[in-house]
Amino acid sequence: MNTNKNQPVVGLFITCLADLYRPEVGFATVKLLEQSGCRVDVPTQQTCCGQPAFNTGDYSTTADIARQTIAAFDGFEYVVAPSGSCIGMLHHYPELFEDNDPWKARAEDLKKRAFEITSFLVDVLKIDDFKVDSNAPAFNGSVTYHDSCSGLRELGIKAQPRQLLAKVDGVELKEMEESETCCGFGGTFCVKYPDISNRMVGNKTQNIVDAGAKTLLGGDLGCLLNMAGKLQREGHAVEVRHVVEILAGMTDQPALGEAQSSVKAG
Amino acid sequence: MQITSPDFKQNARIALQDVGLQKALGNVKTGFPHKRATAMARLPEFDQLRDEARDLKNHIIENLDLYLEAFESKVLENGGHVHWCRTSEDARKTILKICQEKNAKTVTKGKSMVTEEINLNEYLEANGVTPVETDLGEYILQLRGEHPSHIIAPAIHLNLEDVSETFHANHHKPKSMDPAVLMQEAREELRNKFVAADVGITGANFLVAETGSSIIVTNEGNGDLTQILPKTHIVVTSIEKVVPTLEDMTLFLRLLARSATGQEFTVYNTLSTGPRREGDQDGPEDYHVVLVDNGRSEMIASELREMLRCIRCAACMNHCPVYGAVGGHSYGWVYPGPMGSVLTPQMIGIEKGALLPNASTFCGKCESVCPVRIPLPKLMRYWRRNEFEKHLTPKAARWGIGVWGFFAKRPALYRQLSSFSNLALRTLGGKKARINKLPLASGWTDGRDMPAPSGKTFMQLWSEKQKNGASS
Repeated sequence: MNTNKNQPVVGLFITCLADLYRPEVGFATVKLLEQSGCRVDVPTQQTCCGQPAFNTGDYSTTADIARQTIAAFDGFEYVVAPSGSCIGMLHHYPELFEDNDPWKARAEDLKKRAFEITSFLVDVLKIDDFKVDSNAPAFNGSVTYHDSCSGLRELGIKAQPRQLLAKVDGVELKEMEESETCCGFGGTFCVKYPDISNRMVGNKTQNIVDAGAKTLLGGDLGCLLNMAGKLQREGHAVEVRHVVEILAGMTDQPALGEAQSSVKAG
Repeated sequence: MQITSPDFKQNARIALQDVGLQKALGNVKTGFPHKRATAMARLPEFDQLRDEARDLKNHIIENLDLYLEAFESKVLENGGHVHWCRTSEDARKTILKICQEKNAKTVTKGKSMVTEEINLNEYLEANGVTPVETDLGEYILQLRGEHPSHIIAPAIHLNLEDVSETFHANHHKPKSMDPAVLMQEAREELRNKFVAADVGITGANFLVAETGSSIIVTNEGNGDLTQILPKTHIVVTSIEKVVPTLEDMTLFLRLLARSATGQEFTVYNTLSTGPRREGDQDGPEDYHVVLVDNGRSEMIASELREMLRCIRCAACMNHCPVYGAVGGHSYGWVYPGPMGSVLTPQMIGIEKGALLPNASTFCGKCESVCPVRIPLPKLMRYWRRNEFEKHLTPKAARWGIGVWGFFAKRPALYRQLSSFSNLALRTLGGKKARINKLPLASGWTDGRDMPAPSGKTFMQLWSEKQKNGASS
């Protein structure tokens, strides 16, 4: 493993949802980065990417948060997050500043350094001999992958997670119909238009269940919480995980919204 | 037509429960996107054509005055008339005046969204002129007293049973469930109207500056009979439809058919260039073009400018999961789906249209299929910003963002709030690790569970790990 001085220094942008709901996603991301020879730090001045304000049209709050985030990640060679949506938001930062504002250039600079984790591993580090930690518990089973909208359409993330998953022994990918169709989460959309959101996620879970996989994977916790919640309400046995959990060999913990005991029994 | 956009949420709720509508919408979702994808796959340069079309449209919008004036002078040269109408009202009055000059009793109409936009039918009827819709979908809707729910497939919200009943009630013939029989019935009804009409009104998909022509593309041929048989032909269209040359027009035709219906070319592509000339075998004696602005020239100077590239193919709504769930009538005015969520607030006012640009997850599918690459999510976000600045954003949302923003701008406090929320959610989740009823978030928990956090926050655990690491 690479431990020399040239190792890339990565600032982990943890994202609100991974911080609040699923710390394992953060640790899995750190593990993947370290395993790939990066040095990882987590700046404490970070909070949220500002997307809720941006999509509500509150540009002043968004710009405040953007400046804070830009400053928090000053000096890091790369900024990596386990989310296409939040990195997509970081890529919107330059739109918030006028051309003559010095923050514009800093926002452009951050944009160049900010990557979603699977894209970072594949597109930046160009890891082609990816291996799951051999000491990790083995994962055996079929998975299906939901392409979250922001990652897919703003960052072009489609092949990267699949390319990495293909290197994981015991994983069989069963693609669902319409894997590129929105799950209906949409940030504040799901509480502003709950009826429509609920219908959209219902359509989604139908496709997930029809795919016949044991586990649903994705790269964004917002979508995953939405789909996990719907699968559970409908009584389906499909478990839901962030893709980094599989890649980092951290599947010994319960899946999203699953009780501790059920996993120990399994 | 009555504007119900302010009731979008209620419209949507009703639409989601409407079994017939949901069945009909199922056909949109599987039909159009699949056909478009197939057509696209057969044309390797499709994306390149989209770039060209985007650039050409930008060029046209920058020089709109020049191309419109060039178009006008050609129409005049060909013996036609051009009417410039700033508002819907100007357009309605102009059209009525032409009809009255011709003592028109009935006018046949080809499919036209601009005439929906200016509310032409009601106005003509109120003034003693009977409009007859000749596009099959529009004809069905006219019998039912409804408006289009889709810009290229106006009756897409209906099922065969609905059409069968409507025809039975209006045509006084035995009820049939055979589409061919129903089609024949409509054909017979419409034939007489075509012949009897004093004026024919069509829209235009494009106006060609170099020749002064207008073109309509249809799959039924009804537009041809509408514009050829009556003595007077009125083209009602909007100013952004102009293109420089016939060759430019063909670029858009290639994109339009594929993006709209997945056809390589629409069945009828009919150009009309002025009134009948000496030696012509058919065509109207009088040819008028009514150019409608209705807020478009304002858009040129605003951040909505890119919306003027729209060629009305409907790909955005065909691929929109929100449109697919609630249908076009939920949007409450003429233009539904993503393009409507951008246009409607401009045309009816953001106060009335406020909910529409918010009715999107910003999934970006619309932008990804748009043949002229309109950044629809960005334009919807423009409206959200406009609403926020005008204090039109609902109070609860505004307050929520305010409180959340207060914390998000203070990392240490934010950290405490996260830890507190994390603990609260874990407590509520209990041993099951999920929550099925969450106060203040019933919108979520009415339809799905909320997974509870799996442990402390990452930031708590990370800092504990750093401390332990440092002390060991």
